Amino acid sequence: MSSLSRTCGRAGQYLALLCYLAFLAFPLLWLLSIAFKAPQELGTTDPTWLPRHPSLDNFRDAFDQQPLWGSALNSLLVATSAALISVLVAVPAAYALVRYRSAVSKAATGWILVSQMFPFVLVIIPLFLVLKNFQLINSQFGLILVYVVWNLPFALWMLQGYVRAVPASLEEAAAIDGCSRPRILFSVVLPLLTPGLVATLMFSFVTAWNEFFFALVLLKSPEKQTMSVILTHFLGAEGAADLGPLAAAAFLATIPSLLFFALLQRRLVNGMMNGAVKG
Amino acid sequence: MSATTTTERPAPRRGTPPPRTPSTRKRALGLDRDAWFLLLPALLPILVLSVGPLLYGLSLAFTDAQAGRTEPTQWIGLDNFASLRFDSLFWDSFRVGLVWAVSVTALQFLLALGLALLLNQNLRFRWLARTLALVPWAMPEVVIGIMWRLVYHRDAGILNSTLRDLQLISENVNWLSSLSLALPAVIVVGVWAGMPQTTVVLLAGLQNVPHELHEAAALDGAGTWRRFRAVTWPALKPVVLAITSLNFIWNFNSFGLVYVLTQGGPGGETRLPMLFAYEEAFRYGQFGYAAAMGMVMIAVIAVLLTVFLRNRLKEADQ
Repeated sequence: MSSLSRTCGRAGQYLALLCYLAFLAFPLLWLLSIAFKAPQELGTTDPTWLPRHPSLDNFRDAFDQQPLWGSALNSLLVATSAALISVLVAVPAAYALVRYRSAVSKAATGWILVSQMFPFVLVIIPLFLVLKNFQLINSQFGLILVYVVWNLPFALWMLQGYVRAVPASLEEAAAIDGCSRPRILFSVVLPLLTPGLVATLMFSFVTAWNEFFFALVLLKSPEKQTMSVILTHFLGAEGAADLGPLAAAAFLATIPSLLFFALLQRRLVNGMMNGAVKG
Repeated sequence: MSATTTTERPAPRRGTPPPRTPSTRKRALGLDRDAWFLLLPALLPILVLSVGPLLYGLSLAFTDAQAGRTEPTQWIGLDNFASLRFDSLFWDSFRVGLVWAVSVTALQFLLALGLALLLNQNLRFRWLARTLALVPWAMPEVVIGIMWRLVYHRDAGILNSTLRDLQLISENVNWLSSLSLALPAVIVVGVWAGMPQTTVVLLAGLQNVPHELHEAAALDGAGTWRRFRAVTWPALKPVVLAITSLNFIWNFNSFGLVYVLTQGGPGGETRLPMLFAYEEAFRYGQFGYAAAMGMVMIAVIAVLLTVFLRNRLKEADQ
Protein backbone atom coordinates (compact mmCIF):
# COMPACT_ATOMS: atom_id res chain seq x y z
CA MET A 1 0.00 0.00 0.00
CA SER A 2 1.42 3.37 -0.94
CA SER A 3 1.84 5.94 1.77
CA LEU A 4 -0.21 8.42 -0.25
CA SER A 5 -3.34 6.32 -0.23
CA ARG A 6 -2.78 5.63 3.45
CA THR A 7 -2.67 9.36 4.20
CA CYS A 8 -5.84 9.82 2.18
CA GLY A 9 -7.50 7.02 4.11
CA ARG A 10 -6.55 8.62 7.41
CA ALA A 11 -7.87 11.98 6.24
CA GLY A 12 -11.12 10.34 5.20
CA GLN A 13 -11.42 8.73 8.61
CA TYR A 14 -10.94 12.04 10.36
CA LEU A 15 -13.46 13.66 8.06
CA ALA A 16 -16.00 10.96 8.87
CA LEU A 17 -15.30 11.31 12.58
CA LEU A 18 -15.85 15.05 12.28
CA CYS A 19 -19.23 14.48 10.62
CA TYR A 20 -20.27 12.14 13.41
CA LEU A 21 -19.14 14.62 16.05
CA ALA A 22 -21.13 17.38 14.37
CA PHE A 23 -24.26 15.25 14.07
CA LEU A 24 -24.06 14.15 17.70
CA ALA A 25 -23.17 17.51 19.15
CA PHE A 26 -25.21 20.11 17.30
CA PRO A 27 -28.62 19.50 18.91
CA LEU A 28 -26.97 19.52 22.35
CA LEU A 29 -25.17 22.79 21.69
CA TRP A 30 -28.36 24.31 20.34
CA LEU A 31 -30.25 23.37 23.49
CA LEU A 32 -27.56 25.04 25.61
CA SER A 33 -27.52 28.07 23.35
CA ILE A 34 -31.26 28.64 23.70
CA ALA A 35 -31.24 27.99 27.43
CA PHE A 36 -28.71 30.76 28.02
CA LYS A 37 -30.14 33.36 25.66
CA ALA A 38 -31.96 36.41 26.96
CA PRO A 39 -35.73 36.22 26.35
CA GLN A 40 -35.81 39.20 23.98
CA GLU A 41 -33.15 37.54 21.80
CA LEU A 42 -35.33 34.47 21.22
CA GLY A 43 -37.94 36.50 19.37
CA THR A 44 -35.60 37.40 16.52
CA THR A 45 -35.89 35.48 13.27
CA ASP A 46 -32.15 35.28 12.72
CA PRO A 47 -30.90 32.94 15.47
CA THR A 48 -27.21 32.73 16.25
CA TRP A 49 -25.17 29.93 17.81
CA LEU A 50 -23.69 32.05 20.56
CA PRO A 51 -26.06 34.01 22.79
CA ARG A 52 -25.57 37.72 22.13
CA HIS A 53 -26.87 38.54 25.59
CA PRO A 54 -26.16 35.54 27.83
CA SER A 55 -28.48 35.42 30.81
CA LEU A 56 -30.01 33.10 33.35
CA ASP A 57 -33.50 34.58 33.01
CA ASN A 58 -34.82 31.44 31.32
CA PHE A 59 -33.93 29.35 34.34
CA ARG A 60 -35.75 31.74 36.68
CA ASP A 61 -38.78 31.76 34.36
CA ALA A 62 -38.77 27.97 34.15
CA PHE A 63 -39.08 27.70 37.93
CA ASP A 64 -41.83 30.34 37.91
CA GLN A 65 -43.91 28.71 35.21
CA GLN A 66 -43.99 25.09 36.40
CA PRO A 67 -43.45 23.29 39.71
CA LEU A 68 -39.99 22.29 38.55
CA TRP A 69 -38.40 22.02 41.96
CA GLY A 70 -41.16 19.83 43.34
CA SER A 71 -41.10 17.60 40.29
CA ALA A 72 -37.33 17.19 40.62
CA LEU A 73 -37.83 16.04 44.20
CA ASN A 74 -40.56 13.65 43.04
CA SER A 75 -38.26 12.21 40.39
CA LEU A 76 -35.47 11.89 42.94
CA LEU A 77 -37.72 10.06 45.38
CA VAL A 78 -39.19 7.73 42.81
CA ALA A 79 -35.93 6.95 41.03
CA THR A 80 -33.91 6.42 44.21
CA SER A 81 -36.46 4.12 45.82
CA ALA A 82 -36.98 2.18 42.62
CA ALA A 83 -33.23 1.71 42.16
CA LEU A 84 -32.64 0.66 45.77
CA ILE A 85 -35.53 -1.79 45.87
CA SER A 86 -34.79 -3.37 42.52
CA VAL A 87 -31.13 -3.94 43.35
CA LEU A 88 -31.99 -5.25 46.82
CA VAL A 89 -34.34 -7.76 45.26
CA ALA A 90 -32.18 -8.56 42.26
CA VAL A 91 -28.95 -9.42 44.07
CA PRO A 92 -30.13 -12.65 45.76
CA ALA A 93 -32.07 -13.62 42.67
CA ALA A 94 -29.14 -13.03 40.32
CA TYR A 95 -26.96 -15.10 42.63
CA ALA A 96 -29.45 -17.96 42.71
CA LEU A 97 -29.92 -17.83 38.93
CA VAL A 98 -26.19 -18.15 38.36
CA ARG A 99 -25.32 -20.73 41.01
CA TYR A 100 -28.31 -23.07 40.72
CA ARG A 101 -28.99 -24.57 37.33
CA SER A 102 -32.66 -25.45 37.24
CA ALA A 103 -35.82 -25.10 35.22
CA VAL A 104 -36.70 -21.96 37.17
CA SER A 105 -33.43 -20.28 36.21
CA LYS A 106 -34.05 -21.07 32.57
CA ALA A 107 -37.62 -19.82 32.71
CA ALA A 108 -36.55 -16.63 34.48
CA THR A 109 -33.81 -15.92 31.96
CA GLY A 110 -36.24 -16.58 29.15
CA TRP A 111 -38.73 -14.20 30.71
CA ILE A 112 -36.10 -11.48 31.03
CA LEU A 113 -35.66 -11.61 27.26
CA VAL A 114 -39.32 -12.11 26.34
CA SER A 115 -40.52 -9.26 28.55
CA GLN A 116 -38.48 -6.88 26.39
CA MET A 117 -40.73 -7.68 23.47
CA PHE A 118 -44.14 -6.70 24.73
CA PRO A 119 -45.59 -3.38 23.70
CA PHE A 120 -46.11 -1.14 26.71
CA VAL A 121 -49.82 -0.77 25.92
CA LEU A 122 -50.40 -4.38 26.61
CA VAL A 123 -48.62 -4.01 29.96
CA ILE A 124 -49.96 -0.64 31.01
CA ILE A 125 -53.69 -1.29 30.61
CA PRO A 126 -53.83 -4.31 32.95
CA LEU A 127 -51.33 -2.67 35.30
CA PHE A 128 -53.53 0.40 35.40
CA LEU A 129 -56.53 -1.75 36.30
CA VAL A 130 -54.62 -3.77 38.90
CA LEU A 131 -53.16 -0.66 40.54
CA LYS A 132 -56.58 0.95 40.51
CA ASN A 133 -57.91 -1.96 42.54
CA PHE A 134 -55.25 -1.30 45.15
CA GLN A 135 -55.93 2.48 45.09
CA LEU A 136 -52.43 3.02 43.71
CA ILE A 137 -53.30 5.21 40.75
CA ASN A 138 -51.93 8.73 41.09
CA SER A 139 -49.63 7.43 43.79
CA GLN A 140 -45.86 7.56 43.72
CA PHE A 141 -45.71 4.25 45.52
CA GLY A 142 -47.56 2.62 42.64
CA LEU A 143 -45.12 4.14 40.17
CA ILE A 144 -42.16 2.93 42.24
CA LEU A 145 -43.54 -0.62 42.16
CA VAL A 146 -43.93 -0.46 38.41
CA TYR A 147 -40.38 0.84 37.99
CA VAL A 148 -38.98 -1.90 40.21
CA VAL A 149 -40.57 -4.59 38.07
CA TRP A 150 -39.60 -2.80 34.92
CA ASN A 151 -35.96 -2.43 36.07
CA LEU A 152 -35.61 -5.96 37.33
CA PRO A 153 -34.84 -7.72 34.03
CA PHE A 154 -31.95 -5.43 33.24
CA ALA A 155 -30.70 -5.39 36.84
CA LEU A 156 -30.74 -9.20 36.89
CA TRP A 157 -28.97 -9.28 33.56
CA MET A 158 -26.18 -6.98 34.69
CA LEU A 159 -25.76 -8.55 38.12
CA GLN A 160 -25.56 -12.07 36.74
CA GLY A 161 -22.46 -11.02 34.85
CA TYR A 162 -20.85 -9.70 38.02
CA VAL A 163 -21.82 -12.78 40.07
CA ARG A 164 -20.26 -15.07 37.47
CA ALA A 165 -16.99 -13.22 37.84
CA VAL A 166 -16.77 -14.16 41.55
CA PRO A 167 -14.55 -17.26 41.79
CA ALA A 168 -16.51 -20.29 42.95
CA SER A 169 -13.53 -21.54 44.99
CA LEU A 170 -14.07 -18.77 47.55
CA GLU A 171 -17.60 -19.94 48.08
CA GLU A 172 -16.58 -23.57 48.35
CA ALA A 173 -14.18 -22.64 51.13
CA ALA A 174 -16.99 -20.93 53.01
CA ALA A 175 -19.32 -23.86 52.39
CA ILE A 176 -16.79 -26.26 53.88
CA ASP A 177 -16.72 -24.04 56.94
CA GLY A 178 -20.46 -24.69 57.21
CA CYS A 179 -21.94 -21.48 55.80
CA SER A 180 -25.43 -21.66 54.35
CA ARG A 181 -26.06 -20.26 50.88
CA PRO A 182 -27.66 -17.00 52.02
CA ARG A 183 -24.82 -16.56 54.50
CA ILE A 184 -22.25 -17.12 51.73
CA LEU A 185 -24.02 -14.60 49.58
CA PHE A 186 -24.04 -11.89 52.21
CA SER A 187 -20.61 -12.32 53.73
CA VAL A 188 -18.50 -13.65 50.83
CA VAL A 189 -20.07 -12.69 47.53
CA LEU A 190 -21.69 -9.36 48.36
CA PRO A 191 -18.49 -7.51 49.29
CA LEU A 192 -16.95 -8.59 45.99
CA LEU A 193 -20.00 -7.39 44.10
CA THR A 194 -19.79 -3.78 45.29
CA PRO A 195 -18.64 -2.25 41.98
CA GLY A 196 -21.35 -4.15 40.13
CA LEU A 197 -23.93 -3.06 42.68
CA VAL A 198 -23.01 0.57 42.30
CA ALA A 199 -23.18 0.35 38.51
CA THR A 200 -26.55 -1.41 38.57
CA LEU A 201 -27.92 1.08 41.09
CA MET A 202 -26.89 4.03 38.99
CA PHE A 203 -28.24 2.51 35.82
CA SER A 204 -31.59 1.71 37.45
CA PHE A 205 -31.73 5.25 38.78
CA VAL A 206 -31.13 6.74 35.35
CA THR A 207 -33.75 4.49 33.75
CA ALA A 208 -36.36 5.52 36.29
CA TRP A 209 -35.37 9.19 36.20
CA ASN A 210 -35.69 9.28 32.41
CA GLU A 211 -38.89 7.24 32.16
CA PHE A 212 -41.92 8.97 30.71
CA PHE A 213 -44.72 6.68 29.57
CA PHE A 214 -45.68 5.00 32.86
CA ALA A 215 -45.39 8.29 34.73
CA LEU A 216 -47.64 9.97 32.17
CA VAL A 217 -50.34 7.34 32.56
CA LEU A 218 -50.12 6.70 36.30
CA LEU A 219 -49.63 10.16 37.82
CA LYS A 220 -52.44 12.64 37.36
CA SER A 221 -51.96 15.55 39.76
CA PRO A 222 -49.15 18.00 38.92
CA GLU A 223 -47.81 18.05 42.48
CA LYS A 224 -47.04 14.34 42.22
CA GLN A 225 -45.73 14.22 38.66
CA THR A 226 -42.11 13.50 37.85
CA MET A 227 -39.84 15.78 35.87
CA SER A 228 -40.34 14.11 32.47
CA VAL A 229 -44.07 14.70 32.68
CA ILE A 230 -43.77 18.25 33.97
CA LEU A 231 -41.47 19.07 31.05
CA THR A 232 -44.25 18.30 28.58
CA HIS A 233 -46.42 20.94 30.29
CA PHE A 234 -44.04 23.57 28.92
CA LEU A 235 -45.04 22.55 25.42
CA GLY A 236 -48.62 23.68 25.80
CA ALA A 237 -50.84 23.86 22.76
CA GLU A 238 -49.71 23.41 19.14
CA GLY A 239 -46.15 24.75 19.04
CA ALA A 240 -46.94 27.68 21.31
CA ALA A 241 -44.05 26.85 23.59
CA ASP A 242 -42.05 29.44 25.45
CA LEU A 243 -38.69 28.30 24.10
CA GLY A 244 -36.30 29.76 26.65
CA PRO A 245 -37.73 28.23 29.84
CA LEU A 246 -38.42 25.02 27.94
CA ALA A 247 -34.76 24.66 27.00
CA ALA A 248 -33.61 25.65 30.48
CA ALA A 249 -35.86 23.09 32.17
CA ALA A 250 -34.88 20.36 29.69
CA PHE A 251 -31.23 21.07 30.37
CA LEU A 252 -31.73 20.86 34.13
CA ALA A 253 -33.63 17.58 33.82
CA THR A 254 -30.69 15.98 32.03
CA ILE A 255 -27.98 16.85 34.55
CA PRO A 256 -28.46 13.95 37.01
CA SER A 257 -28.54 11.33 34.28
CA LEU A 258 -25.49 12.80 32.58
CA LEU A 259 -23.60 12.89 35.85
CA PHE A 260 -24.28 9.24 36.57
CA PHE A 261 -23.52 8.20 33.02
CA ALA A 262 -20.18 9.96 33.14
CA LEU A 263 -19.28 8.01 36.27
CA LEU A 264 -20.65 4.85 34.80
CA GLN A 265 -19.66 4.66 31.18
CA ARG A 266 -16.84 2.12 31.35
CA ARG A 267 -18.61 -0.11 33.88
CA LEU A 268 -21.84 -0.06 31.97
CA VAL A 269 -20.27 -1.31 28.78
CA ASN A 270 -18.31 -4.03 30.57
CA GLY A 271 -21.30 -5.12 32.64
CA MET A 272 -23.52 -5.40 29.63
CA MET A 273 -21.00 -7.40 27.70
CA ASN A 274 -20.30 -9.73 30.61
CA GLY A 275 -23.99 -10.49 30.89
CA ALA A 276 -24.31 -10.90 27.15
CA VAL A 277 -21.19 -12.77 26.15
CA LYS A 278 -20.96 -15.25 28.98
CA GLY A 279 -24.73 -15.70 29.27
CA MET B 1 -25.27 -32.52 34.68
CA SER B 2 -25.87 -33.13 38.37
CA ALA B 3 -26.92 -36.71 37.61
CA THR B 4 -23.53 -37.60 36.13
CA THR B 5 -21.63 -36.07 39.02
CA THR B 6 -23.60 -38.08 41.57
CA THR B 7 -22.98 -41.38 39.78
CA GLU B 8 -19.28 -40.69 39.41
CA ARG B 9 -18.88 -39.88 43.06
CA PRO B 10 -17.34 -42.87 44.94
CA ALA B 11 -19.89 -44.70 47.11
CA PRO B 12 -19.64 -43.69 50.76
CA ARG B 13 -18.10 -46.31 53.01
CA ARG B 14 -20.47 -48.29 55.13
CA GLY B 15 -20.90 -46.90 58.61
CA THR B 16 -20.24 -43.23 57.78
CA PRO B 17 -23.37 -41.14 57.09
CA PRO B 18 -23.56 -39.74 53.54
CA PRO B 19 -22.45 -36.10 53.32
CA ARG B 20 -25.25 -33.61 53.42
CA THR B 21 -24.92 -32.05 50.00
CA PRO B 22 -27.56 -29.73 48.60
CA SER B 23 -28.72 -32.50 46.28
CA THR B 24 -29.75 -34.70 49.16
CA ARG B 25 -32.01 -32.03 50.61
CA LYS B 26 -35.55 -31.80 49.55
CA ARG B 27 -35.85 -30.10 46.18
CA ALA B 28 -38.64 -28.58 44.20
CA LEU B 29 -38.00 -27.91 40.51
CA GLY B 30 -34.32 -28.49 41.11
CA LEU B 31 -34.05 -25.80 43.77
CA ASP B 32 -33.54 -26.26 47.49
CA ARG B 33 -35.02 -24.10 50.21
CA ASP B 34 -32.16 -21.61 50.21
CA ALA B 35 -32.55 -21.02 46.50
CA TRP B 36 -36.24 -20.33 46.81
CA PHE B 37 -35.54 -17.99 49.69
CA LEU B 38 -33.12 -16.06 47.45
CA LEU B 39 -35.33 -16.06 44.38
CA LEU B 40 -38.73 -15.24 45.81
CA PRO B 41 -38.23 -11.52 46.48
CA ALA B 42 -37.61 -11.05 42.77
CA LEU B 43 -40.01 -13.68 41.47
CA LEU B 44 -43.03 -12.41 43.40
CA PRO B 45 -43.11 -8.87 42.03
CA ILE B 46 -42.36 -10.19 38.54
CA LEU B 47 -45.23 -12.64 38.79
CA VAL B 48 -47.68 -10.16 40.32
CA LEU B 49 -46.78 -7.07 38.31
CA SER B 50 -45.43 -8.47 35.06
CA VAL B 51 -46.50 -12.00 34.18
CA GLY B 52 -49.93 -11.59 35.79
CA PRO B 53 -50.87 -8.28 34.18
CA LEU B 54 -49.61 -9.51 30.85
CA LEU B 55 -51.88 -12.53 30.89
CA TYR B 56 -54.68 -10.28 32.12
CA GLY B 57 -53.91 -7.89 29.25
CA LEU B 58 -54.04 -10.70 26.73
CA SER B 59 -57.43 -11.75 28.07
CA LEU B 60 -58.72 -8.15 27.98
CA ALA B 61 -58.35 -8.22 24.20
CA PHE B 62 -61.35 -10.58 24.10
CA THR B 63 -63.60 -8.37 26.25
CA ASP B 64 -65.40 -5.07 25.90
CA ALA B 65 -63.56 -3.53 28.85
CA GLN B 66 -63.93 0.26 29.05
CA ALA B 67 -62.83 2.93 31.49
CA GLY B 68 -65.41 4.15 33.99
CA ARG B 69 -68.09 1.65 33.04
CA THR B 70 -70.62 0.57 35.62
CA GLU B 71 -71.97 -2.66 34.10
CA PRO B 72 -69.68 -5.69 34.25
CA THR B 73 -67.22 -6.38 31.46
CA GLN B 74 -68.27 -9.13 29.06
CA TRP B 75 -66.49 -11.63 26.89
CA ILE B 76 -67.04 -10.75 23.29
CA GLY B 77 -64.77 -13.32 21.66
CA LEU B 78 -63.04 -12.07 18.55
CA ASP B 79 -65.24 -8.99 18.04
CA ASN B 80 -62.40 -6.57 18.79
CA PHE B 81 -60.23 -8.22 16.18
CA ALA B 82 -63.06 -8.23 13.68
CA SER B 83 -63.57 -4.47 14.04
CA LEU B 84 -59.81 -3.95 14.04
CA ARG B 85 -59.62 -5.57 10.61
CA PHE B 86 -61.66 -2.78 9.10
CA ASP B 87 -60.20 0.04 11.16
CA SER B 88 -58.30 1.85 8.43
CA LEU B 89 -56.94 4.42 10.90
CA PHE B 90 -55.24 1.64 12.83
CA TRP B 91 -53.70 0.10 9.71
CA ASP B 92 -52.50 3.54 8.60
CA SER B 93 -50.80 3.94 11.92
CA PHE B 94 -49.44 0.42 11.59
CA ARG B 95 -47.90 1.28 8.24
CA VAL B 96 -46.33 4.41 9.76
CA GLY B 97 -45.00 2.25 12.58
CA LEU B 98 -43.38 -0.21 10.18
CA VAL B 99 -41.80 2.53 8.05
CA TRP B 100 -40.52 4.17 11.22
CA ALA B 101 -39.19 0.97 12.82
CA VAL B 102 -37.52 -0.39 9.68
CA SER B 103 -35.87 2.87 8.64
CA VAL B 104 -34.76 3.84 12.13
CA THR B 105 -33.33 0.38 12.77
CA ALA B 106 -31.53 0.24 9.42
CA LEU B 107 -30.06 3.74 9.63
CA GLN B 108 -29.15 3.27 13.26
CA PHE B 109 -27.28 0.13 12.38
CA LEU B 110 -25.40 1.56 9.39
CA LEU B 111 -24.38 4.75 11.17
CA ALA B 112 -23.49 2.92 14.36
CA LEU B 113 -21.36 0.41 12.45
CA GLY B 114 -19.49 3.24 10.77
CA LEU B 115 -18.90 5.00 14.06
CA ALA B 116 -17.88 1.80 15.82
CA LEU B 117 -15.34 1.00 13.08
CA LEU B 118 -13.92 4.52 13.40
CA LEU B 119 -13.76 4.34 17.18
CA ASN B 120 -11.98 1.01 16.90
CA GLN B 121 -9.18 2.76 15.00
CA ASN B 122 -6.37 4.57 16.68
CA LEU B 123 -7.57 8.08 15.93
CA ARG B 124 -7.04 11.29 17.84
CA PHE B 125 -10.17 12.79 19.45
CA ARG B 126 -11.53 9.29 19.76
CA TRP B 127 -12.21 9.93 23.46
CA LEU B 128 -14.36 12.92 22.54
CA ALA B 129 -16.47 10.88 20.14
CA ARG B 130 -16.76 8.04 22.67
CA THR B 131 -18.00 10.37 25.37
CA LEU B 132 -20.29 12.28 23.07
CA ALA B 133 -21.72 9.08 21.64
CA LEU B 134 -22.97 8.09 25.08
CA VAL B 135 -24.78 11.35 25.82
CA PRO B 136 -28.00 10.64 23.88
CA TRP B 137 -28.28 7.36 25.77
CA ALA B 138 -28.26 9.16 29.10
CA MET B 139 -30.83 11.76 28.15
CA PRO B 140 -34.52 11.44 28.99
CA GLU B 141 -36.61 10.77 25.88
CA VAL B 142 -38.66 13.84 26.61
CA VAL B 143 -35.59 16.05 26.64
CA ILE B 144 -34.41 14.59 23.33
CA GLY B 145 -37.80 15.38 21.85
CA ILE B 146 -37.79 18.93 23.20
CA MET B 147 -34.24 19.50 22.00
CA TRP B 148 -35.05 18.49 18.44
CA ARG B 149 -38.20 20.59 18.47
CA LEU B 150 -35.91 23.51 19.13
CA VAL B 151 -33.65 22.43 16.24
CA TYR B 152 -36.58 22.03 13.85
CA HIS B 153 -38.39 25.15 15.03
CA ARG B 154 -39.62 27.17 12.08
CA ASP B 155 -38.39 30.61 13.08
CA ALA B 156 -36.01 30.09 15.97
CA GLY B 157 -34.58 26.75 14.82
CA ILE B 158 -30.94 26.33 13.88
CA LEU B 159 -31.73 23.98 11.00
CA ASN B 160 -33.68 26.51 8.96
CA SER B 161 -31.22 29.27 9.69
CA THR B 162 -28.25 27.09 8.65
CA LEU B 163 -29.95 25.92 5.47
CA ARG B 164 -30.80 29.50 4.61
CA ASP B 165 -27.21 30.59 5.13
CA LEU B 166 -26.13 27.82 2.79
CA GLN B 167 -28.72 29.04 0.25
CA LEU B 168 -30.35 25.62 0.22
CA ILE B 169 -33.82 26.92 1.07
CA SER B 170 -35.33 30.29 0.34
CA GLU B 171 -37.97 30.36 3.06
CA ASN B 172 -38.34 28.65 6.41
CA VAL B 173 -39.60 25.07 6.35
CA ASN B 174 -42.05 23.86 8.94
CA TRP B 175 -40.39 20.48 9.42
CA LEU B 176 -42.68 18.90 11.98
CA SER B 177 -46.01 19.95 10.53
CA SER B 178 -45.39 19.26 6.87
CA LEU B 179 -47.18 16.15 5.63
CA SER B 180 -44.22 14.86 3.66
CA LEU B 181 -41.36 15.98 5.91
CA ALA B 182 -42.66 15.15 9.38
CA LEU B 183 -41.98 11.41 9.27
CA PRO B 184 -38.43 11.71 7.86
CA ALA B 185 -37.69 14.46 10.38
CA VAL B 186 -38.89 12.27 13.23
CA ILE B 187 -36.91 9.31 11.90
CA VAL B 188 -33.70 11.36 12.09
CA VAL B 189 -34.41 12.00 15.77
CA GLY B 190 -35.02 8.30 16.33
CA VAL B 191 -31.67 7.48 14.76
CA TRP B 192 -29.89 10.11 16.84
CA ALA B 193 -31.44 8.82 20.04
CA GLY B 194 -30.77 5.12 19.45
CA MET B 195 -27.37 5.22 17.78
CA PRO B 196 -25.21 5.31 20.92
CA GLN B 197 -26.42 2.07 22.40
CA THR B 198 -25.95 0.26 19.09
CA THR B 199 -22.49 1.77 18.70
CA VAL B 200 -21.42 0.62 22.15
CA VAL B 201 -22.60 -2.92 21.52
CA LEU B 202 -21.00 -3.11 18.07
CA LEU B 203 -17.76 -1.64 19.40
CA ALA B 204 -17.61 -4.28 22.11
CA GLY B 205 -18.25 -6.88 19.40
CA LEU B 206 -15.44 -5.46 17.25
CA GLN B 207 -13.01 -5.65 20.12
CA ASN B 208 -13.69 -9.37 20.38
CA VAL B 209 -12.60 -9.94 16.77
CA PRO B 210 -9.29 -11.82 16.96
CA HIS B 211 -6.41 -9.52 16.12
CA GLU B 212 -4.18 -12.28 14.71
CA LEU B 213 -6.70 -13.06 11.99
CA HIS B 214 -6.56 -9.46 10.81
CA GLU B 215 -2.79 -9.51 10.72
CA ALA B 216 -2.72 -12.81 8.87
CA ALA B 217 -5.19 -11.53 6.28
CA ALA B 218 -3.19 -8.34 5.86
CA LEU B 219 0.00 -10.36 5.29
CA ASP B 220 -1.82 -12.36 2.64
CA GLY B 221 -2.48 -9.07 0.88
CA ALA B 222 -6.17 -8.64 1.66
CA GLY B 223 -7.34 -5.05 1.34
CA THR B 224 -9.44 -3.21 3.90
CA TRP B 225 -12.76 -4.19 2.35
CA ARG B 226 -11.72 -7.80 1.90
CA ARG B 227 -10.56 -8.01 5.52
CA PHE B 228 -13.85 -6.55 6.68
CA ARG B 229 -15.85 -9.08 4.65
CA ALA B 230 -13.76 -12.13 5.51
CA VAL B 231 -12.65 -11.48 9.08
CA THR B 232 -14.64 -8.77 10.83
CA TRP B 233 -18.12 -9.43 9.52
CA PRO B 234 -18.37 -13.16 10.33
CA ALA B 235 -17.18 -12.52 13.88
CA LEU B 236 -19.51 -9.58 14.32
CA LYS B 237 -22.60 -11.17 12.83
CA PRO B 238 -24.17 -12.68 15.97
CA VAL B 239 -23.88 -9.34 17.75
CA VAL B 240 -25.40 -7.58 14.75
CA LEU B 241 -28.36 -9.95 14.64
CA ALA B 242 -29.04 -9.55 18.35
CA ILE B 243 -28.83 -5.78 18.42
CA THR B 244 -30.81 -5.14 15.25
CA SER B 245 -33.60 -7.46 16.40
CA LEU B 246 -33.76 -5.72 19.77
CA ASN B 247 -33.60 -2.30 18.14
CA PHE B 248 -36.46 -3.20 15.86
CA ILE B 249 -38.64 -4.23 18.80
CA TRP B 250 -37.73 -1.14 20.81
CA ASN B 251 -38.33 1.16 17.87
CA PHE B 252 -41.66 -0.38 17.00
CA ASN B 253 -42.77 0.11 20.61
CA SER B 254 -41.40 3.61 20.88
CA PHE B 255 -43.63 6.30 22.33
CA GLY B 256 -42.09 9.24 24.18
CA LEU B 257 -40.03 10.77 21.37
CA VAL B 258 -42.85 11.12 18.91
CA TYR B 259 -45.33 12.07 21.61
CA VAL B 260 -43.19 15.09 22.42
CA LEU B 261 -42.20 15.91 18.83
CA THR B 262 -45.49 15.80 16.98
CA GLN B 263 -48.14 14.08 19.12
CA GLY B 264 -48.70 11.89 16.07
CA GLY B 265 -49.51 14.77 13.74
CA PRO B 266 -49.74 16.21 11.13
CA GLY B 267 -52.84 14.35 10.05
CA GLY B 268 -51.63 11.09 11.61
CA GLU B 269 -48.48 11.03 9.46
CA THR B 270 -46.32 10.20 12.46
CA ARG B 271 -48.89 8.42 14.62
CA LEU B 272 -47.01 5.29 15.67
CA PRO B 273 -49.14 2.31 16.75
CA MET B 274 -48.20 2.91 20.39
CA LEU B 275 -49.52 6.47 20.25
CA PHE B 276 -52.69 5.21 18.62
CA ALA B 277 -53.24 2.54 21.25
CA TYR B 278 -52.42 4.98 24.04
CA GLU B 279 -55.10 7.39 22.83
CA GLU B 280 -57.58 4.59 22.37
CA ALA B 281 -57.00 3.38 25.93
CA PHE B 282 -56.49 6.53 27.94
CA ARG B 283 -58.29 9.22 25.97
CA TYR B 284 -61.31 7.22 24.79
CA GLY B 285 -61.18 4.57 27.50
CA GLN B 286 -61.46 1.60 25.12
CA PHE B 287 -59.31 -0.81 27.13
CA GLY B 288 -60.40 -4.00 25.39
CA TYR B 289 -59.93 -2.59 21.91
CA ALA B 290 -56.52 -1.16 22.76
CA ALA B 291 -55.43 -4.50 24.21
CA ALA B 292 -56.43 -6.17 20.94
CA MET B 293 -54.18 -3.67 19.13
CA GLY B 294 -51.33 -4.59 21.44
CA MET B 295 -51.84 -8.23 20.58
CA VAL B 296 -51.76 -7.58 16.86
CA MET B 297 -48.55 -5.61 17.37
CA ILE B 298 -46.88 -8.50 19.18
CA ALA B 299 -48.03 -10.97 16.55
CA VAL B 300 -46.60 -8.91 13.71
CA ILE B 301 -43.33 -8.27 15.51
CA ALA B 302 -42.97 -11.97 16.25
CA VAL B 303 -43.62 -12.99 12.64
CA LEU B 304 -41.25 -10.38 11.20
CA LEU B 305 -38.50 -11.31 13.61
CA THR B 306 -38.87 -15.01 12.92
CA VAL B 307 -38.59 -14.44 9.18
CA PHE B 308 -35.65 -12.07 9.60
CA LEU B 309 -33.71 -14.31 11.96
CA ARG B 310 -34.42 -17.49 10.04
CA ASN B 311 -33.20 -16.02 6.76
CA ARG B 312 -30.06 -14.67 8.38
CA LEU B 313 -29.34 -17.98 10.08
CA LYS B 314 -29.88 -19.88 6.87
CA GLU B 315 -27.39 -17.61 5.14
CA ALA B 316 -24.95 -18.40 7.89
CA ASP B 317 -25.35 -22.13 7.29
CA GLN B 318 -24.52 -21.93 3.63
